[in-house]
This record gives sequence, structure tokens and C-alpha cells, in this order.
Amino acid sequence: MKKAAIGLYVLITIALMIWGFYQAIYVAPNDAMQGEVSRIFYYHVPTAMLCFLFFAISLVGSIGYLAYRRGNPLRAQAADALALAGAEIGVIYCTVVLITGPIWGRRAWGIWWTWDWRLTTTLVLWLIYVSYLLLRRFAAGPQVQTLAAVLGIFGALDVPIVYMSNRWFRTQHPAPVFGGDSDSGLKDPLMLHAFGWNVLAWFAWGILVLCFRYYVERRQQKIAANEAQEALEA
Amino acid sequence: MTRAMWTHLVKDLRIELRSLDAFVSMLFFSLLVVVLFSIAFDPHGEFSRDIAGGVLSVATMFASVSALNQAWAREIRHNVIDAQRMAPSPGAELFLAKVIANFLFVTVVQVILAPFFLIFYNLHIAGQAWLLAIVLPLGTWALVGNGIFFAALSIRTRNRELLLSLILFPIFIPALLAMVRATTSILTGDGDPSLWIKLLLGYDIIFTTVSLLLFDVVFHAE
Repeated sequence: MKKAAIGLYVLITIALMIWGFYQAIYVAPNDAMQGEVSRIFYYHVPTAMLCFLFFAISLVGSIGYLAYRRGNPLRAQAADALALAGAEIGVIYCTVVLITGPIWGRRAWGIWWTWDWRLTTTLVLWLIYVSYLLLRRFAAGPQVQTLAAVLGIFGALDVPIVYMSNRWFRTQHPAPVFGGDSDSGLKDPLMLHAFGWNVLAWFAWGILVLCFRYYVERRQQKIAANEAQEALEA
Repeated sequence: MTRAMWTHLVKDLRIELRSLDAFVSMLFFSLLVVVLFSIAFDPHGEFSRDIAGGVLSVATMFASVSALNQAWAREIRHNVIDAQRMAPSPGAELFLAKVIANFLFVTVVQVILAPFFLIFYNLHIAGQAWLLAIVLPLGTWALVGNGIFFAALSIRTRNRELLLSLILFPIFIPALLAMVRATTSILTGDGDPSLWIKLLLGYDIIFTTVSLLLFDVVFHAE
């Protein structure tokens, strides 16, 4: 039953991604100003939105670990696995944002990269979470989870700075498509559909990979715990 | 300021006064960075004023890492750090005392470095010079506060001295940017540095508060 549910979810995710691709590439109309290259928007913006979601999941895991580490060690271990999985998937999504952005920028602005605030802070966000993963690799022993949880909270403090910076400072990055000013928002319903399907598809895909990663990390925690137990008994 | 904090602070200042380890290495290192930058970029005229703020901030940043690594490594030597962990006073006091001590070291280095800096880069300040007395301490506080915190975090990891830079620099980037922009706009007289000063102030308040709240967790991590 459980396996069937997982299989069904995998199938739905793949179908969503195919449907999202079809909508973005074949159905949505060309942008009046930018032409075909604007279609990268359907990948760039959903992954950008979702990378914030996964960093938020990582933050919840980090806080959960710190909250439960004394009272409920089992739940703390689960929270730590969630924090690690969220950070890893977030880094991957953030990487997609940082790759698709310059491809679009090369056509639209004529340059691959510009050191404007929003681009810079997204890059900084990526650097922070890569350093989080590096810490998890360099630190050894049981304290790694506590140290990583603390760094995870510090990293998450930077996320609001990233988000708000687009409105605080004048930038070269296009104004927010949604919730910017009265003229913003996708006017064409076909564009909105393509965008919505892609957000949903990438969300489903991210959650799928997150769950796999979480499961693997839980397994590894159990192996480590068993090894520690055997070492104690030997 | 509580007695425990005062004791930690006086201890650190006394050790530094007697050895001058951190101070001399920081001063010489930042002087080297200033010289290396001026060789790499050949500063003259307007251009030197444009890059001076950045060079000063980056020189401070690199130099202070050597002191930050020493800050806790010194305590490991005779297991002092274990004694500090067992002490009944809250860890936040120890943290704050260390930050204040290192803040003073870095500030003294900056004050000594400033005249050389003005000479090497032929600077005359076009904006309001007194604002530098706000910007530099705010930026230094952001650097040292986070630095001491992450040094405590990375002290028990493999290659800790490298790891400190790897986790400190990304988190410090927003403050570095604000520091550089504010300093540059003061030196050149273009633009208003007040937005960047506010950003620095906000950064300091947020990260110092969180550091104080989480320091015990890091310090007692098993």
C-alpha cells in the first residue's frame, strides 16, 4: 500500500513536469518585448520561489532540532534530517536560479551577470548554504548537528534581507512580477497557467527528492546509532 | 557590565598587552594588504578614492581573521575552555567580553593604519569625515561579533582555521557591502551614506542579539 502510494506520487510528479514543460514551451505565448527567451521565466521564477520554501523547511528543521535535542532525542534526529535535506534541495534549486538567470540576462540585458543587489544576495544565500553543507562535512561527532542547526538559523536570517532587498534598493533586476505595483502581474491567462503548472510541478518534484533524501539520512542516522551501540557493547 | 564579564575582559586585555600577538600580526597583515592592493591597482587621483573604502574594509576583514582564530585557540591550550564551560556565569557574558576585547584590538589597528592609508592613497575626505567614526566601529562590530561566534562554532571541527573564513565571510557580506558603500560615499562625497549606516546598525542589532541567545548552545555542544 505504502509502495503503491509512493509510486503513484512519482507518476503524478513526472506527469506534472511533462505537462508543465508542454505549457511553458508550446502553449504560453511569446513575450511581446523579449520573445522566446522569456520562457526561461517559467523555470527561473518557480525555482526561485521554491528555493525559499526549502530553506524555510531547513530552518524549521534546525529550530526543531534545537528545541527537541534535550527532551525528545528521536524527534530531534528527525528534525536534523529534515534540516539537512531542506538545505541540500534548496542549494540545488538556488543553483538552477543562478544558472537560468544569467542565460536570460545574456539575451535580455546583453550581459551574463551584474553585481546588482538582488543577484548578489541570491549568490550570497547560495554561498551561505554551501558553507552550511561544508560545516556538516568538516565537523565530526555528535556536536555537528547542534552546530549546523545554529548556522542554519544564521543563514535563514539572511533570507528576508534577500527578499526585501529588491524593494529597498533600485536594481537592474526586473521589478517583482507579482505584488510589485498596479501594473504588475501576468496579464495573459495562458502565461499564468504555464507559470502555475510549473510552480506545482517543481514543488512536487522538490518534495519528492526531499523525502528520498530525508529517508536516506534517517537510515544513516540509524546505522551510526547501531555502530555506536555495538562499539559500546564490544 | 557584570563582574564575570569584566574579569574575562580584563584577562583578555592583559594577555594581549603582555604578548601583543594578535595586535602585531593584525597590524602587519593589514599593512601588507594595503600595500599589495596599491601595487595591484595602482591607485591615483579619483580612482584611489573610489577603491579606498573597499581596500580598508577588506584589509580589516582579512587581518581580523588571524585574531579571531587565536581568540578561542588560546583557551584550548590548558583546557581553559572546559573551565569556562563549567563556570556558573552565563556563556553570553564570556562571549560579550571576548567581542569587546577583540573589537578594541581591531579598532586600535584601524586607528594606527588610518594615517598610512591616507598617505598611500593620497586621500582627502570630500564628505563628512566624522561619519567614519560611526561607520567603521559599526562594521568592525559586525565582523568581530560574528567572527567570535563562528570561531567558537568551528573550534572543534577539522581544519577549523579555514572553516572560520568559509562560514564567516558569506554571512558577513551584507555588512561588508554596507561598510564599503558608506565609507566610499563619505570619502568621495557622492550620495548619502545614511541608508547604509542604518543597514549596518540593523545588521549589528539582529546578529548580536541572535549570537547572545545562541552562544550557550554552541559553547556547550556535545
